[in-house]
Amino acid sequence: MKEAFSGIWIIAGQRDGELLRISFELIARGLELARKRNTSLTAVVFGAGMTNKELYRLIRCGADRVIVADFPELDKFDLELHAACLTALINEYKPEVVLAGATTTGRSLAPYAAMNVHAGLTADCTGLDIDPESGLLIQTRPAAGGNIMASIKSPSCRPQMATLRPHSCLPAEPLKGRGESSGVILRMKQLPPSPEGRNTVKHIGFCPLSEDFGIQDAEKVVVVGRGIKKADNLKLVFDFAKRIGAAVGATREVVDRGWMSYPHQIGLSGKTISPRLYMAFGVSGSIQHLAGMRTAETVVAVNTDPEAQIFSIADFGITGSLFDVIPALIGEINAGNATWIK
Amino acid sequence: MHIIVTVKQVPETRTLRMDEATGTLVRDSGTAIVNPLDLYAVELALQLKELHNAHVTAISMGPPHAEKALREVMSMGVDDAVLVSDRAYAGSDAWSTAWILAAAINTVKDFDLIICGERATDGDTGQVGPELAAALNINALTYVNHFELASAGDFTASRLVEDGEEQLAGKLPMLLTVVKEIAVPRLPVLEGKIRARRAPVKTLGQNELKLDERLVGLQGAPTRVDKIFRPQIMRDCIMASATQGQGALAAVKQLNEFLLTRRIGGGGV
Ligand SMILES: Cc1cc2nc3c(=O)[nH]c(=O)nc-3n(C[C@H](O)[C@H](O)[C@H](O)COP(=O)(O)OP(=O)(O)OC[C@H]3O[C@@H](n4cnc5c(N)ncnc54)[C@H](O)[C@@H]3O)c2cc1C
Ligand SMILES: Nc1ncnc2c1ncn2[C@@H]1O[C@H](COP(=O)(O)O)[C@@H](O)[C@H]1O
Repeated sequence: MKEAFSGIWIIAGQRDGELLRISFELIARGLELARKRNTSLTAVVFGAGMTNKELYRLIRCGADRVIVADFPELDKFDLELHAACLTALINEYKPEVVLAGATTTGRSLAPYAAMNVHAGLTADCTGLDIDPESGLLIQTRPAAGGNIMASIKSPSCRPQMATLRPHSCLPAEPLKGRGESSGVILRMKQLPPSPEGRNTVKHIGFCPLSEDFGIQDAEKVVVVGRGIKKADNLKLVFDFAKRIGAAVGATREVVDRGWMSYPHQIGLSGKTISPRLYMAFGVSGSIQHLAGMRTAETVVAVNTDPEAQIFSIADFGITGSLFDVIPALIGEINAGNATWIK
Repeated sequence: MHIIVTVKQVPETRTLRMDEATGTLVRDSGTAIVNPLDLYAVELALQLKELHNAHVTAISMGPPHAEKALREVMSMGVDDAVLVSDRAYAGSDAWSTAWILAAAINTVKDFDLIICGERATDGDTGQVGPELAAALNINALTYVNHFELASAGDFTASRLVEDGEEQLAGKLPMLLTVVKEIAVPRLPVLEGKIRARRAPVKTLGQNELKLDERLVGLQGAPTRVDKIFRPQIMRDCIMASATQGQGALAAVKQLNEFLLTRRIGGGGV
């Protein structure tokens, strides 16, 4: 019975008791759907030692309810155990929609639970919409290498589940007029019994990656494309980026040529970013690149080719050479004329 | 010890292009290959086979010609192959694919370890692995980039996650989805090719599996592709020109004015 299912759920992510950015991106998406469908928004959190103080952040940003499974066993990720909790919660509360981040955790947990509850699951969505009457979730994701988009529905199974690509929207911020009394926190009473013969996994260590992860969290990102012509010219871009406090990203053309390393790549086969300011220099704006930056708030592009596709997604475009424009930008900063940098 | 690897046959995507005029996909005469990311799963299985004297079975669900993909991994050294094929299974999504594969695996000999690719380059969901583990009632490790087995069935492994590498220990049975870093896939050898050409491929379909038809194929797939479209990407772009004389400076001044009207985070020097 589809009718028995109601409410929008998001699966929040945390590390060491601290909620991750993706949790608030999911709140932003979930809130949009909940308002449209005129229903409630629930955030589900798995962890160990989650404080109410941290959990209230979700309520301030729009969650009506937080359900937390807080047990020492859930401190580190164990797929079967986490999925058993999620499965038990879905069976008990019957949400209509369940959203998780398309992170290594979400992309493992969501399918495992989806199999258990016989739910349709769409991977790595960049867009979501809901039909206010039927509650049918319309899930949009890139297909065929980002050349096309597919919209996907799960007409008959409930809940409707989706993982959402990180940084495909801005995170929710605390809403005016919402405080601790705007929602409730429910704590799961006990872990579901572990099925016999299933193996738990022991965490014995963690080795953080050394590469800087700057571009995904930066407010401003300067991106270079093949128009930079050679690695030596990158100095100019890095100099400018430093002056405005931006991280530096690149297109695949630049990475494939070895001018910058892979962690800088933005796009379908690289990172997805959603900064307040994205500035492209010598980037043509291929569909695969756009897949990684289309949700940036303000887009500026500099390209010698007035027909470059990047201009179709830009808010401000300059036709001209980056080798003229960047020095002029730096000149104006030095002259104190770039007052937007505060 | 028995290891199962799941392999999918996929269309070659290097040649996938867009027809700019019609906005449709151009597929150049559809050559089918083994999903490139599954070769890493096969390679790990073969390395474990050599170290621990394991038996390796490859399993694939697909149309009859997916047999070619199975013969290809047999030529790398896989011992046995099972093709799961039935018209009733066409149109399956990740959920129903995992459901069918689980049923098929349950008819084959007991297993200790299942290894899947990270994702298939066509469907690109990365969901079949975890869903298969759930359907088989075993635990799973995803995004595994290192795996070592002690003879008693204890293992150590590491997983590649967003901000680093998790080191883990556990016991078989387990399902793994593996990433590129796990191993370098070997090339088929002549001897293997000869054996693979003659080796039997076991075929399983509805006659053998007798699955509830409401759970398999197009009818059983919980998800439906509703439509396919070209992304709409348009913003109202204010254009400035830096192509003549003092152009660059004038354009930059105009840009600075524009940026003052936008909400832009601080942090500059
Ligand atoms: C499956 C697949 C996945 C992909 N994934 C990604 C991905 O994740 N990220 C990605 O970026 N790409 C990806 N690509 C590649 C993508 O299709 C494009 O090839 C790439 O984005 C183009 O990079 P570019 O804009 O730097 O280079 P080009 O397309 O060569 O554009 C260079 C631009 O610089 C301009 N230019 C030249 N000189 C100057 C100058 N002096 N001043 C200003 N402008 C100048 C030119 O007019 C041109 O527009 C992928 C492709 C495929 C098939
Ligand atoms: N039809 C199939 N037959 C065998 N294995 C599959 C099939 N579909 C997916 N897999 C396995 O599951 C992994 C993830 O696939 P996907 O979820 O489709 O991205 C693949 O790398 C394969 O190892």
